[in-house]
Amino acid sequence: MIVHFEPASEEGIASVVRSAAAERVTLAIVGGGTRAGLGNPVRTDRTLSTRRLSGIVSYNPAEMTMSALAGTPLAEVEAALRAKGQMLSFEPMDHRPIFATSGEPTIGGVFAANVSGPRRYVAGAARDNLLGVRFVNGAGDLIKAGGRVMKNVTGLDLVKLMAGSYGTLGILTEVTFKVLPIPPAAATVVVSGLNDAEAAAAMAETMAQPVEASGAAHLPESVRGRFLDGALPDGAATVLRLEGLADSVDLRVEKLTAALSRFGSVSRLDAEATRLLWAEIRDVKPYADGTRRPLWRVSVAPSAGHQLVAALRLQTGVDAFYDWQGGLVWLRMEADAEAELVRRYVGALGGGHAGLVRAGDDVRARVPAFEPQAPAVVQLTERIRARFDPARIFNPGRMAANV
Amino acid sequence: MPEMIGFLKPKQAVLDRRQEIVADLKDLLPKGCLISEERELKPFETDAFLAYRRLPLAVALPETTEQVAAVLKYCSRYGVPVVPRGAGTSLSGGAIPQEDAVVIGLSKMSRILDIDLFNRTATVQAGVTNLNISEAVSADGFFYAPDPSSQLACTIGGNIGMNSGGAHCLKYGVTTNNLLGVKLVLFDGTVIELGGKALDAAGYDLLGLVCGSEGQLGIVTEATVRLIAKPEGARPVLFGFASSEAAGACVADVIGAGIIPVAMEFMDKPAIEICEAFALAGYPLDVEALLIVEVEGSEAEMDAMLQRIIEVARRHGVTTIRECQSALEAALIWKGRKSAFGATGRIADYICMDGTVPLSQLSHVLRKTGEIVAGYGLRVANVFHAGDGNMHPLILYNINDPEDAARAEAAGNDILKLCVDVGGCLTGEHGVGIEKRDLMLHQYSRNDLDQQMATRAAFDPEWILNPSKVFPLEGRPAA
Repeated sequence: MIVHFEPASEEGIASVVRSAAAERVTLAIVGGGTRAGLGNPVRTDRTLSTRRLSGIVSYNPAEMTMSALAGTPLAEVEAALRAKGQMLSFEPMDHRPIFATSGEPTIGGVFAANVSGPRRYVAGAARDNLLGVRFVNGAGDLIKAGGRVMKNVTGLDLVKLMAGSYGTLGILTEVTFKVLPIPPAAATVVVSGLNDAEAAAAMAETMAQPVEASGAAHLPESVRGRFLDGALPDGAATVLRLEGLADSVDLRVEKLTAALSRFGSVSRLDAEATRLLWAEIRDVKPYADGTRRPLWRVSVAPSAGHQLVAALRLQTGVDAFYDWQGGLVWLRMEADAEAELVRRYVGALGGGHAGLVRAGDDVRARVPAFEPQAPAVVQLTERIRARFDPARIFNPGRMAANV
Repeated sequence: MPEMIGFLKPKQAVLDRRQEIVADLKDLLPKGCLISEERELKPFETDAFLAYRRLPLAVALPETTEQVAAVLKYCSRYGVPVVPRGAGTSLSGGAIPQEDAVVIGLSKMSRILDIDLFNRTATVQAGVTNLNISEAVSADGFFYAPDPSSQLACTIGGNIGMNSGGAHCLKYGVTTNNLLGVKLVLFDGTVIELGGKALDAAGYDLLGLVCGSEGQLGIVTEATVRLIAKPEGARPVLFGFASSEAAGACVADVIGAGIIPVAMEFMDKPAIEICEAFALAGYPLDVEALLIVEVEGSEAEMDAMLQRIIEVARRHGVTTIRECQSALEAALIWKGRKSAFGATGRIADYICMDGTVPLSQLSHVLRKTGEIVAGYGLRVANVFHAGDGNMHPLILYNINDPEDAARAEAAGNDILKLCVDVGGCLTGEHGVGIEKRDLMLHQYSRNDLDQQMATRAAFDPEWILNPSKVFPLEGRPAA
């Protein structure tokens, strides 16, 4: 029987960890469990949940920072921010639709998995917005790193290290993060009918213009109809988001429309459609299909995204759409995960990170979820892990074989 | 002069082998790339934290990553400490060497390797200056955002070492938010690559860990950074106030109103006078405090944002609002601000603090700073990045008066402790170096520091790299 710990305090977590370390009992670290499918499958003796470690500790809108206990539901954080006209600028993706999971994502889980969305390519990832953490390491010591101010270079930046470490270095107990005002106005410029290569050029052109686009995605014809209930204009949709003061957004829409009209026909979405569309892009709506068909999340240079897809199409059945100016490719395979092929092409196109987000159990058991790293980096990673969790009791194997 | 900050005791075994080490290193490097004559070592004995100086054993100036690796491999094998150096502009003593150390200077690695406008990246060698990157892409309408005041001289390698900031970080973030990848030489000469033109990498965020690690985890030889399209226009505006408190409160309210200008810089009266005398920037001399607020975008966008900022400033009794009329005036306004430290150096010796505080504490900390420094019988000028709470009190003193110097250091320490006590930190962008090393336990618990040192040891088990810096000399793990 799996024993499930749900301590309601930092000290409670530390005490569970100390006895687990002494007895070499492995622990799965979970928040809401909605993203449990990320990373390699992990088999542990017991489960430790941060669910009861919940609540906003402090929120000062004028300082643009919030501190919350790790198990605080993301929905609670976002509601409190919205009430003061603020938001998490990195737009954390909701993984429930693609994994068909239920439950409540936690703020700790967001940072543990460095979950980010469309604005990441200009406003930074979760890791760029995390200012401070408290965590319990594998020895059961309570450690704090960072703080609650915007600029802080005091000592090693363990905050960055903790972000995206998937619970393998410590159990986050409290996070302090930066928040930003919700832009008063937003619009999306849509260029219709471009092929993937043309779209990449149009997105690069957008980023060369002084219009401060905060979203740049390309939705090929095969997925276009899945967005906004089919309300996007006919043909593939290259979508560019502009946000800010209302007059400024209008001006920039004009400017961008002029710059992009040579690529194809240009139209505009209003604020409500913009909000919906980018939430659907963030949550990978076309592939929230209730299946477990292999889904890759590939991060490459923006110029390489469409080349990767074109190369794969010659070899296998694949559907794809692009975010982050074309540098984030969501790839859904028709049948086999084709891990060797995907990673070989990513390497050939200048490198990046092909992460296997979803697949059947047999594939997940065989294919490392994260891009394999160079041997020297693997050694470094293992040494770091040993300095945080010497008995390797937290989520063993989640990120890599010996991590 | 009495020295309050200690260094590690030089290793006698290394000093004894000096001639041999110099000869061996000469073999590893091209002709003219190893400096060992005392006269030539002099320029490397300190950085911009001038109060401390140590002559290094030798200075290596490699031309390639392979040469950096060869020197590091040699030094780690023989237990010779290594101090990495960019342009030597550290304000916290990050590049100050020690008698048994080999300085690895990256100044000869100053080539821009790749500019990729489609992907908005530049890949450069570590010795390229910060400003060179922006200049290389300016004609194409791009820039590299972090802009430390020393950007004319400081190198990207040094910026990564210290996770440097600058005036325009309020909107664009600091170095770590604009860094995409590095080539890093580890202590034993192993070369690894972290990140690249893709935004996400697999595994732990080692790139984030290396940025700001003050040369303690490895030596960066190449970096890939993010480029941003230049705004259509930018306009700095001067706001004068009758008190520092009013200016400080205005800053907090502008941010609180959801307005984020590109930059929001603060100067108090002493700083205004010093900078105006140097730059003739047209700063008003009849105010107690000045904010330089920069907005950007099209004319209409800048007007709209300024209007909102002016409304907030009026609520705080702004006495002067001066919009510059030309690009020349704008350039002078920034010249005055960015030469603040140099201009101060013309009238007195100074040490520059770098604590960051929550915005709500800005006025309080400004007032207390004045009281603390006056209590030591010294003068202070404040010039800093107000929008993100990153304060730079310049404590003026006479470097040739030992008692004065001791009082200045003591005042600085009191100010930094105050910053921590109100919820801030010791250093926002200059780094710990040797300067703030012994205050680390004021901000962190023993456990916190032990975890940082353990992480450091995963990269450099023998503490070869920049060993006198960042962590208090007591309480280190036995190597």
